[in-house]
Amino acid sequence: MKEELFVSGRAIPNIDPYLNIWHWQIPVYLFLGGLAAGLLFFAALYTLLGKEKQMPTAVKWATFLVPPALVLGLLSLFLDLKHKMFFWQLYTVIRLESPMSWGAWTLLIITPISILWSMMFLRELLEAWKGKDGKPAPMAVWSLKFLEKNQWIEQFIQWLVKYRKVLAWLMIYYGLILGIYTGILLSAFNARPLWNTSLLGPLFLVSGLSTAAATIMWMSKDHLERSTISRIDLMLIGIELFLIVHLFMGFLASSAVQIEAASLFLGGPYTVMFWVFVVFMGLILPAILETLELLGYKIPVMIPAILILFGGLVFRFVMVEAGQITRYLY
Amino acid sequence: MRYAMAIDTKKCVGCSDCVVACQTENDVPIGFCRDWIVEVMDGSYPNLEMELRSERCNHCDNAPCVRCCPTGASHIEEGGVVKVKKHRCIGCGACIQSCPYDARYSHPEGYVDKCTFCYHRLVKGEKPACVSVCPTKCMYFGDLDDENSDVSIALRNRKHKVLAPEAGTKPHIFYLI
Repeated sequence: MKEELFVSGRAIPNIDPYLNIWHWQIPVYLFLGGLAAGLLFFAALYTLLGKEKQMPTAVKWATFLVPPALVLGLLSLFLDLKHKMFFWQLYTVIRLESPMSWGAWTLLIITPISILWSMMFLRELLEAWKGKDGKPAPMAVWSLKFLEKNQWIEQFIQWLVKYRKVLAWLMIYYGLILGIYTGILLSAFNARPLWNTSLLGPLFLVSGLSTAAATIMWMSKDHLERSTISRIDLMLIGIELFLIVHLFMGFLASSAVQIEAASLFLGGPYTVMFWVFVVFMGLILPAILETLELLGYKIPVMIPAILILFGGLVFRFVMVEAGQITRYLY
Repeated sequence: MRYAMAIDTKKCVGCSDCVVACQTENDVPIGFCRDWIVEVMDGSYPNLEMELRSERCNHCDNAPCVRCCPTGASHIEEGGVVKVKKHRCIGCGACIQSCPYDARYSHPEGYVDKCTFCYHRLVKGEKPACVSVCPTKCMYFGDLDDENSDVSIALRNRKHKVLAPEAGTKPHIFYLI
């Protein structure tokens, strides 16, 4: 038996006995960041493939969610900071060694890009905005008048539309960086064995793309678009399951600390949370429902979509919480 | 120049003088500490073995906290001392998550704080506060590049270990065993 005690009293709240310095803010950001990255990726992908007409939700409507998601994500990251008034120090230096540094810069670039992108479809959105009585909503009428009066906005939007392929290329590139960054942020910490695996980057990216696909599916009213996205989502879920299996194979074949980290999920306190809520309810069950729907059974698309989104959120909470328990000493 | 510390686990009695000296010298807020004592009990009665370790930041050569810091607040000073510039620190916690020794804490004012090897004393030619108060003189401090320094002599003459070498950090607190 081996017992290790702090005899001098190391009363550091949030460090001992566990290192949970990070709370809900981080998983919430990781979820919103992954979702935003996925939505931008699909919008850009179908624009570059020339399928703007066939995939209106992916290209246009779903992207209106991205700026609010990114702003809320940034807000929760800001809330996590302990020395808040110095946050601008992030933008005084680019440190390529630190994922958090280039992640912060990526967010600074991608947030305005996402706003520009949804600006292109603003007029269309306003024109389609109807009140309960079927007449155009007063807010929409007012906004349209405002646009009429300020022709320069219209001209700017025309200019954006002309160069939308350039924007799309930027969005694919930065969207993928943002999506993979949500995982690499965690995998860069070698002191937390559960996170310290290079598979986390691809896993979080695929999971983010899958939550985005679920959102598009949920919002889409077009049958063809829905089934296309649903097929893509099934593929993404397959890749995710494959990566999860490999994650645990990697842990079990690794050093003692990583075997211990894996044991949290294989009989340890996070077993039910992970395998039931993330893997079964968040991946396998929606995959079954989606397959049945594609086969022609009547299943409200909302159900698999909510399951996937909820599973993605729980996945990030579990990974952040459990990772902070895994350690080298004591 | 490469500062390092060697601590004799056979001479240490776990009196916590180093902890109190550090808190006083560095104005560490109440309830926090930059160094601490760990008691390790190994075996089963009556065959027990005890080890006492005074622990602190390991001032690693391959410091993950410095690598992960997004602003460059965590940096390496001359002599290999890992320090935090408090006006560059945003309190994101990346360094706390990356330290295998849990040597850092979030100061109530928001920035991250840790052992500095009493850098303000080193520049005056003095030893860190913990080393200079140790009643059993179990701590040896000095420059590893100087073969006549206390720490070089102690490491040359005694068997020693470091904590969590598998983390790949190349720590510079050595424990004489």
